[in-house]
Formats: sequence, C-alpha cells, structure tokens
Amino acid sequence: MTRSSQPEISVHEAVGTTALPAISPFRRTVGAMLHNPLAMAGLIIVGLLVLIALIAPLVAPQNPYDLGQLDIMDGRLAPGSESMTGMIYLLGTDDQGRDLFSAILYGLRTSILVGVVSAAIALMIGAGIGLISAYAGGRTDAVLMRIVDIQLSFPAILIALILLAVLGQGVDKIIIALVVTQWAYYARTVRGSALVESKRAYIDAARSMALPDRRVIFRHILPNCLPPLIVVATMRVAYAIMLEATLSFLGIGLPVTEPSLGLLISNGFDYMMSGDYWISVFPGLTLLLLIVGINLIGDALRDILNPRREG
Amino acid sequence: MSSYLLSRILQAIMTLIVMSVLVFVGLYMIGNPVDVLLSPSATPAERLEIIQAFGLDRPVWEQYLLFVSKALTGDLGNSFVFNQPALDLILQRMPATLELAFTALLMALVIGIPLGIRAGLRPDGLVSKSIMTFSILGFSLPTFWIGLIMILSFSVQLGWLPASGRGDTVDIFGVPVSFLTLNGWTHLILPAFNLALFKISLVIRLTRAGVMEVMQLDFVRFARAKGLTEHRILRVHVLKNTLIPLITVIGLELGSLIAFAVVTETIFAWPGMGKLIIDAIAVLDRPVILAYLMITVVMFSLINLLVDILYSVVDPRVRLEGASR
Repeated sequence: MTRSSQPEISVHEAVGTTALPAISPFRRTVGAMLHNPLAMAGLIIVGLLVLIALIAPLVAPQNPYDLGQLDIMDGRLAPGSESMTGMIYLLGTDDQGRDLFSAILYGLRTSILVGVVSAAIALMIGAGIGLISAYAGGRTDAVLMRIVDIQLSFPAILIALILLAVLGQGVDKIIIALVVTQWAYYARTVRGSALVESKRAYIDAARSMALPDRRVIFRHILPNCLPPLIVVATMRVAYAIMLEATLSFLGIGLPVTEPSLGLLISNGFDYMMSGDYWISVFPGLTLLLLIVGINLIGDALRDILNPRREG
Repeated sequence: MSSYLLSRILQAIMTLIVMSVLVFVGLYMIGNPVDVLLSPSATPAERLEIIQAFGLDRPVWEQYLLFVSKALTGDLGNSFVFNQPALDLILQRMPATLELAFTALLMALVIGIPLGIRAGLRPDGLVSKSIMTFSILGFSLPTFWIGLIMILSFSVQLGWLPASGRGDTVDIFGVPVSFLTLNGWTHLILPAFNLALFKISLVIRLTRAGVMEVMQLDFVRFARAKGLTEHRILRVHVLKNTLIPLITVIGLELGSLIAFAVVTETIFAWPGMGKLIIDAIAVLDRPVILAYLMITVVMFSLINLLVDILYSVVDPRVRLEGASR
C-alpha cells in the first residue's frame, strides 16, 4: 500500500513567504479561480444547476410526482410536442406522460441533495478520525489507518452493494451507504496533512502556550489541513452523485417515489431500443453537466491550492 | 520477507472473517426470506417446513457457524430461486465476468500508458492538453450512461455492433470464452471498452504524473549528460521507475473492474455474475448474495495479497519498512 503523505506547501506557508500578507488564502483562491476560464465554466454550470434545482417547484411546468397532473395519453411524446391541454413538452415525456423537463429539475434536487449531504457527513466523520489518528499517533494511528487501508482496497460500488442489500432502499439508506464508502478518503487526506502541520513551529508555539489539545487541533491544525480537504471534497461530491446515479440505475438505490437522475435514466433505458432516446438522454446530459462542472472546479482548485500534487 | 508475508496473510484472513460476519449478520437482519419464497396462500405447515428446510429457525450464531463450516467445504447453500448450489451458479458465470474485466484492463493499459507518457513528456503541448481533457471526461462520464449512449449509437443507430449477450463462444478447458470468435469479439468490444473507459483515464493520469516526476530526477539528468538517446532514457530509466507504482494500482483496479462489471453487465445483458447479484438482491436470494460477496471478498483479498507481495519484490523498501515497524 502506498502512503501519500509527502510534505506539501501549505497555503499558510506560501502566504507567509510571499509579500502579500494582507490577502487571505480564501480571497487569493477566489481570485485565481476567476482567472481560470475552465474553473469559471465549472462554477457557472454548477451554480446554474444548483439554482434551478433549488427553485424547481417554481419553474417546473408541472409537478412530475403529482399523478393528477399527468396524462397517460401524453406518454412518450417527442421533445417539443404539444400536450392535450396545449402545454409544450420541451424535452418530451416519459412512458407515463410525465414532462421530462420537470422530472429532470426534481431529479436534480434529489441527486444534489444526496451527493452534498453524504459528502458533508463523510467529511465530518473522516476529518475527525483523521485528526484523531494524526494527533494520537502510535497504536491508535496504526489501527485506524489499517482500517482505512482495508476499506479503500475494496471498490466503493462493492461496499455500497453490500450495504444496500442489507439496508434496503431509501434516501437515508443511500446516504448511509455513500458515507461509509467515502469517509476513508477524507480520513487519509486529513491525517496526511495534519501530520505535516503538527510538526511545524507554530504548533509547537501553540502547545508551549499551554493551549488545550482541543484548541490546538481545531483552531491551529484543522484550518491548515483545509486546502487538500477542499480539493478532495469537491471530487468526492462528484463521485458520490455519480455513484448514487449508478446505484439507482441498477434499481438498488433510491425508490421510485423519489427519483433521482439515475432512476430517470434507468426508466428510459427500456424504451431506448425502440428509438425513444430522449427519456434517457436528457437526464443523462444533465447528470453529465453537473459532474463535469464539479470536476472542473475541483481540478482548478487542486492546481491553485496544491501546485505540486498531480494525478 | 517471510514475516512480512505472514503478517499480510494473517491480515487477509482477518479481513475475510470480519467481512463474512458483517455480511452474514447484515443479511440476517433484513426481510424474512420465507415471505419471498412462499405464496401468500401457503398454510402454516408449509411455512414451517420451509423454515426448517433452510435452517431459518436456528439462532443467528448457529446459522453463521453452519454457514462457515459449509463454506469451507465449498457449500454456500442453495439459491432460493434457482434451487441450485449458489456457488455453482456464480462459478458458471464467473468466466464471463473475468473475460470482460481482463479485456477492459488490457484496453486500459494499451491505450492509457502510451497516452500518459505522451502527456507527461510534453505537458504543455496541445496534444497533451487534449489527452488530459479526454481523461477528465473519462472520469466525469458515468459508466452506465456512456454504455447507453454506446448502445444507442453503435447498435440502434448504426447497427454495427450487437447490444447484448456474449455471442458465439469457444470452450477452452471446458470454459466458454468469447474472444476467440469474430462474433464473440463484436459482442465483447463495446462492454469491455465501456468498462475500461474510467480506468483508461486513471492510467493516463498516473502514467503522466509518474513520467513528469521521474523526468525531473537527477538520474535522468545524469543519463542525458552521459549522452544517452532520449529514446533509451525513456525506455530504460523513466519507464521502469514509472511502472512500479502502476503495478499496485493495476492490481487493485482489476478488483474494481470485477466489481464495476455489475453495471456494464446490466446494461449489455452480459451473462456474468454481476447481473446475477443484482437480480438476487431484488428478490432477496440470500445464499446467492452471500456467495457472491464471499467470492468477491476472497478474490479481493487474494489480489491485494498478490499486489503487496509483487510490490515488495520490485521495491524492497516496502518490506524493509514493514520489518522495522
């Protein structure tokens, strides 16, 4: 197993050695993002998608899960078709006469919610364990990192498959499964940078001021572990959304009552062979935009925050 | 070396035991398989008969011990649905999955390594930028969606390649394989490429990062100073040092390919064990789920063990580090 805890230049140090002490790392990062066209493209894509997901009930032409608003006679209409009541289906309809545009907006909500919530929980658990591991050292560290190693040697989809076979379907279940598959990445990242940081002079200074451990960990070490953590978190949100879509596509993720983009794609799969491509293709394109957007941001962040790290 | 080996083997066994307990207890807690097996109109007597026949009336730990002692003799129980030994069901479908996974791995290496080297040698060129954009796409595109698009374009629209199944197979030592017939190849190529896409991106990135790192090291500069040709520097000095870390990754990725084959097999109706497990989860066919998980866990532990050993052979620092701890 390879250990990737080589020392990296932290933002703290970089700022300290350059002549720009007045600019905070946050503003410096934002400034660099604004000058990177790919990062801007990613920010705009993700921003727009999150926005329309948030205001979906306001902008969607119909509530796709209110059966009263659906008309089975409108089933599998091509994009741009007109409904019986004169409404235009921009992206066509699915087999139950559901407006795909509305369904995608609602699906986007579910996908983003599941991705962000699971990543946030995994981040908290992982960062906590990583900090404990780095700060405690010794046997605790060895045991925790052994668990991380073992967990990371199993692919995420296998672990999620086991958990979902055990837990069953549901938004909460899939979030649990995603958290379990993701925490180890955060733990390893945080431990790596915490180990590097805790050997630096400012930590010795903080300790010699007799600050309590808790304060040293959360106010001094943790903030300096943030840059790599942010990069990993961005990439992991994208991965979580993708994994959720995959599991839902396989029919073991979310139940039909709370369709995410993956489930919409799966619904359309059956009609693909007969040429009704839009039921699968449009939700897929949306998912793609979302993931590519997040990855573009992540890539840019990595270059900005971690100039030496690659791959 | 032997102590390193021993600790790794012990660890693999521990992982196996823990996983088997977790999986077994987990599966025991979900729904009652009796409800799945019986028609709603079954009499209580029929119900009792089924419960006894499957040993569902015993305590959990007894069921587990029974399961383990049977598992060690290769008996992982009968499928509730097929009424065949679960292990046989999975072993029958394993060659198809392995064929798919190995083909995908080969594709990832054959396509990924040259592209990665190219991108690593001239990182700022246009070609390298295009390669890296492709690799970002490869990471971002969900496998299952690309599979759908492949079917839509190559099977439905163009009609070039079949969308499902294995095609004609030839038996080698009694194991059917697709890659020896032309028809088999046409069936194999789409799903294998679909499965490989993510790994191609990964291999490109790792190779590129490795080449870029090694190119800056002193021994490359020294080799240049000696007047070696760029070709020889690349082939002997850079590649050797780049490929060692790749071994670990490739080994682990083989396991991940086998796991992710679940997705590809579902899309392309490839008759492998991934398709079997998805169907089994849907109907709560416990013995098949258990058998699949145990077999993949064993496979994984073996692959991890082999990778560790291989790695310690090519890079002695690893086992020295282990010994000093």
